[in-house]
Amino acid sequence: MSLLRRTLLALGLPAALVALWWVTSAGSTSYYFPPLPEILDQFGRLWLSSRFTADVVPSMLRLLAGFTVSAVLGVALGVALGLTDALRRGAEPVLEFVRAVPPTVLVPVIAIVAGIGDGSKTLVIVSGCVWPVLLNTVEGVRAADEVMVDTCRVYGVHGTARLRHLVLPAAAPQIAAGLRQSLSIGLILMVIGEMFAATNGLGFSIVQFQRTFAIPQMWSGIILLGLIGFVLSALFTVVEKRALRWYLGLRESQRRNG
Amino acid sequence: MTEMVTVKGLNKVYESTGRRVEAIGDITFAVARGEFACIVGPSGAGKTTLLKCLAGLLAPTAGEVRIDGTPVTGPPPGMAVVFQEYGRSLFPWKTVRQNIDLPLRQKKLPRDRREKLVTESLAAVGLADAGDSYSWQLSGGMQQRVAIARAIAYEPQVLLMDEPFAAVDAQTRADLEDLVRSLWRSLGITTLFVTHDIDEAVYLGERVLVLSASPTHVLDDVRIGLPADRDQVTSRSTPEFAALRARVHRGIQDAKAGRRGTGAAA
Repeated sequence: MSLLRRTLLALGLPAALVALWWVTSAGSTSYYFPPLPEILDQFGRLWLSSRFTADVVPSMLRLLAGFTVSAVLGVALGVALGLTDALRRGAEPVLEFVRAVPPTVLVPVIAIVAGIGDGSKTLVIVSGCVWPVLLNTVEGVRAADEVMVDTCRVYGVHGTARLRHLVLPAAAPQIAAGLRQSLSIGLILMVIGEMFAATNGLGFSIVQFQRTFAIPQMWSGIILLGLIGFVLSALFTVVEKRALRWYLGLRESQRRNG
Repeated sequence: MTEMVTVKGLNKVYESTGRRVEAIGDITFAVARGEFACIVGPSGAGKTTLLKCLAGLLAPTAGEVRIDGTPVTGPPPGMAVVFQEYGRSLFPWKTVRQNIDLPLRQKKLPRDRREKLVTESLAAVGLADAGDSYSWQLSGGMQQRVAIARAIAYEPQVLLMDEPFAAVDAQTRADLEDLVRSLWRSLGITTLFVTHDIDEAVYLGERVLVLSASPTHVLDDVRIGLPADRDQVTSRSTPEFAALRARVHRGIQDAKAGRRGTGAAA
């Protein structure tokens, strides 16, 4: 019963919105807002065929590469800065400045420096994704419990063991929060990177459709982007729940005991 | 008896911008190998500061601490500490067994030896079946038992306990006191037990060091002549217990009032 209720609740609003879109757009003669069935027809034709490997897969690979590089770079730098006060104080003003520059304005610059290949597109994603991971890691590392730090010192847990058994797990919830932000930023930057000087990819396709006035096709690409974002976020939640089971359990028990 | 822990002229001053706080004035004492000593003092007596200096977690401003003759400059290898905040001392991302195992891995003990130590220590604290739980799935008293198991599995020369039962309920506290007492009797580890509870100090220790208020020095050094076999009900109702309790209590009252004690050893 409760599962049924939850499913109905989760699906209710999306279903209603699709129905609303369907009904209001039915028989639409507006050039820019074609009927939904027409968009869905294009969706099936475009994305479930050769375009999947030609455009969707390259885009997803770029996102995956950019996200992975950002995660590794962000956590590594974040741990270094979080553990070394002097380093952090020295780097902070520069980091705040670089972070404040919207990554989108860097797209042409990156294209000039790194070309227009996959490397450049990945770099665009990294330029925006690395910050949430980095800053959250720094915060997470710095917030490590004092008693746990003392415990490690007393029992001779230092060096890489300390990193593995204390620093990283203690910062993990916060790192996960940073990764989640990065994921949505990454999707946006993937599209933007591909809108500029690209030859394939989702962003490239959508812009092409816009420029050639293939409006139903454009809408179908936008829907696909929304779906990808949704699926990625759901996947992330599954992984996060598994990896941070201890954290969820700990929070739950703290809530119970006040 | 040889001395296991010696503290000589220990002084600790905290200095921050424009403020200078002398937490520990001048502490000198020695604890013999295998002895169970309780350190009791009024709140704010710098008990935790003293313990951190003993554990090598804090560098003293002056004076020195020696463990088995070796000066303490950082956490000494043969020392285990049980902290008051059990919830923050156990790693919530590790199971009970993994928590106890981690320090043993750092000691590079072979796997079968580690497994044996973990199993034995869990049995010794009465948690043989809780090994695969996470600490946050256990009650406060059980969590502190895990922390004690981790300490004894480490096979330390010296065991430091910093008000370990201050945050558990009275019944659990009595059980844990008896546990610590019986572990000490069976293992013979030199134990320093810091507490603000006079009854607890007298009941547990072979000796009670009474600290003054800050800047701290040792007010009194009371030898507890109670029989080794102690019982929560009978031991606590003997006249000897009452007399010792009264003596320590007076010392603490004097400390609060800022009078200097006689400092005479029993």
